[in-house]
Amino acid sequence: METLAPWVLIALLLAGWEIACRALHVAPYLLPPPSQVAAALIANLATLLSAAWRTLAVAIVALIIASLIAQALAMLVALSSILDRAIRPLASVIQVTPVVAIAPLFLIWAGIDHPERALVALAVVVAFFPIFSGAVAGLKSADPDLERLFALYGASRWQTVTRLRLPSAVPFLLEGHKVGAGLAIIGAVVAEFGAGSGGVRGLAWQILDAGNKLQTDRMIAALAALGVMGVALHGLLARAELAGLRWWRGR
Amino acid sequence: MRAVEVDYARGPALGPFSLEIEAGEIVSLVGPSGCGKSTALRLLAGLEAPSRGQVLRTPGRGETAVVFQAPTLAPWLSARANVALPLELAGTARAAAGVRAREALARVGLAGAEAARPAQLSGGMAMRVSLARALVTEPRLMLLDEPFAALDEITRRALADDVLRLWAGLRPAIVFVTHNVEEAVYMASRVVVMTAGPGRLAGDFPVEGPAPRPAGFRTTPGFRRSVEAVSHALARGMAEGARP
Repeated sequence: METLAPWVLIALLLAGWEIACRALHVAPYLLPPPSQVAAALIANLATLLSAAWRTLAVAIVALIIASLIAQALAMLVALSSILDRAIRPLASVIQVTPVVAIAPLFLIWAGIDHPERALVALAVVVAFFPIFSGAVAGLKSADPDLERLFALYGASRWQTVTRLRLPSAVPFLLEGHKVGAGLAIIGAVVAEFGAGSGGVRGLAWQILDAGNKLQTDRMIAALAALGVMGVALHGLLARAELAGLRWWRGR
Repeated sequence: MRAVEVDYARGPALGPFSLEIEAGEIVSLVGPSGCGKSTALRLLAGLEAPSRGQVLRTPGRGETAVVFQAPTLAPWLSARANVALPLELAGTARAAAGVRAREALARVGLAGAEAARPAQLSGGMAMRVSLARALVTEPRLMLLDEPFAALDEITRRALADDVLRLWAGLRPAIVFVTHNVEEAVYMASRVVVMTAGPGRLAGDFPVEGPAPRPAGFRTTPGFRRSVEAVSHALARGMAEGARP
C-alpha cells in the first residue's frame, strides 16, 4: 500500500489532466492531454532515447572529470593549510556562479565544431563542488583519538593520509559523488540550453526544438524522459552509496 | 612527570602535578570530571607537551600504548587488521604483523573473531580488540583512559580481570584512569587521587593484596578500607577544588 501511494497519486493527476483537457477543450499546442503526450513519446521513442543517452554521456564524462579534479584538489587542501587558504575561496566562486552565465564563454572556447566539450566542461563546473567539499570534509573527519594513536605509533605523514584520512573519507566521498552525479545531469541539461541549436542533440535540445515547432506534446514527452532518467539515476546512485557504505563498514 | 602544568585557551587544566611510575606497577588515577586526568595521560603518552614542568620518560616511542574510552577502531578494517596496525606503522611486514595480531586477539579471548568488522562486535568485544591492539607491540607503559566507562557492570568486571591477567604476563607499567573508586582500587597497587580542575595531588594510597585479584577480593576488609580512604580523599579533593 505504502509503495503504491505515489503511483496512485500520479494516476489520479494524469486522469484529472486528461479529463480537464477534454472537458475544457484546451488547445493541444497549449496543453495536450496525457494520452497525446504518450502517443508522442511512443512515436519519438528512438529519438528520445538516443537524445537521453547523449545527455547522460555528457553527464557521466563530466562526473568522472569532476571527480578526479575535486579529489586531487581536496588532497592538496587537506595536506597544506596554505593551499587550503588559496583554493577554498576559488572553489566557492565556482559554486556560486550560475552555469548559464558562463555557458556562452565556454562555447566560444570550445569552438563551433566541438560544442560537446563546452557541455562537458560546464557540467564539470557544476558537479565539482559537492565532490570537492565532501572530500575535504572527509579527509578531516578522522577520529581524533585514532589520529593520536597514529602519532603515538610514529606514523609518517604519508601513512596518516593513506591509512587513516583516505579511508575515513570514504562515506563523504560516496555522498559527494551521489550529489555530484545529480548535479552533472542538471549541468549538462542547462548547458545544452545555453548552447541552443548548435549544441549536442540531447534531451534539452529536443525540448528546445519541439518548442520552436510548437510541438507541445513532444516537448512534454522529452521532459518526462528527462524526469524518468533523473529518478532512475538517483535511485541507482542511492543504492550504490548504500552498497559502498556497507562494504566500508563491513555490514 | 615532575611539577607539570597545562594551560588551555579556556584556562588552566592541570597542575602543578607530579607523578612517578615504577616499571611494572599499576597506578589508578581518580579524580572528578574535568580535573585533567586525561590531560595527564596525554602528557605521559607524549601526545601533548606541558606548559610548564617536565615529563621524564624512560620507555621510548613505540613502547607506550594507549586505550581510550571508546574502542577507537578503524571501521573499515577487520579486527585483525586493526590490531596489526601499530606493527605495520612501525614497519613490520604485513604477514608477520598478521600473525602477531592473531596471537594478541587470542590472548584477549577473541580467537575466531579476526575477520569481524568493528560494527559487528559488541561494546565489550570491541574493547577487547582495542586492548589487543595495545598489547600487540608489547609495550612497557600502558595508558588506559576510562576504558570501561561505556560498558555494563558485568562486562567491565570481566575486562578488569582480563587486564590484570594480561598484565601478569608482560608486566608493563599501567596507568589506569577512572572515576570509579572501586574499580580504581581493584585494578591498582597504588591509587592516586586528584583534586577538581586544575588537578593537583589529593592523595596517594597503596593497595594491599595479590594481583591478579583472587575471587571475592571485593569483599575483603583491606579492599573496603582502601575504597573508603580513596573516597574520602576524593570528596576532600572535590571540596578543595571548588574553593576559589
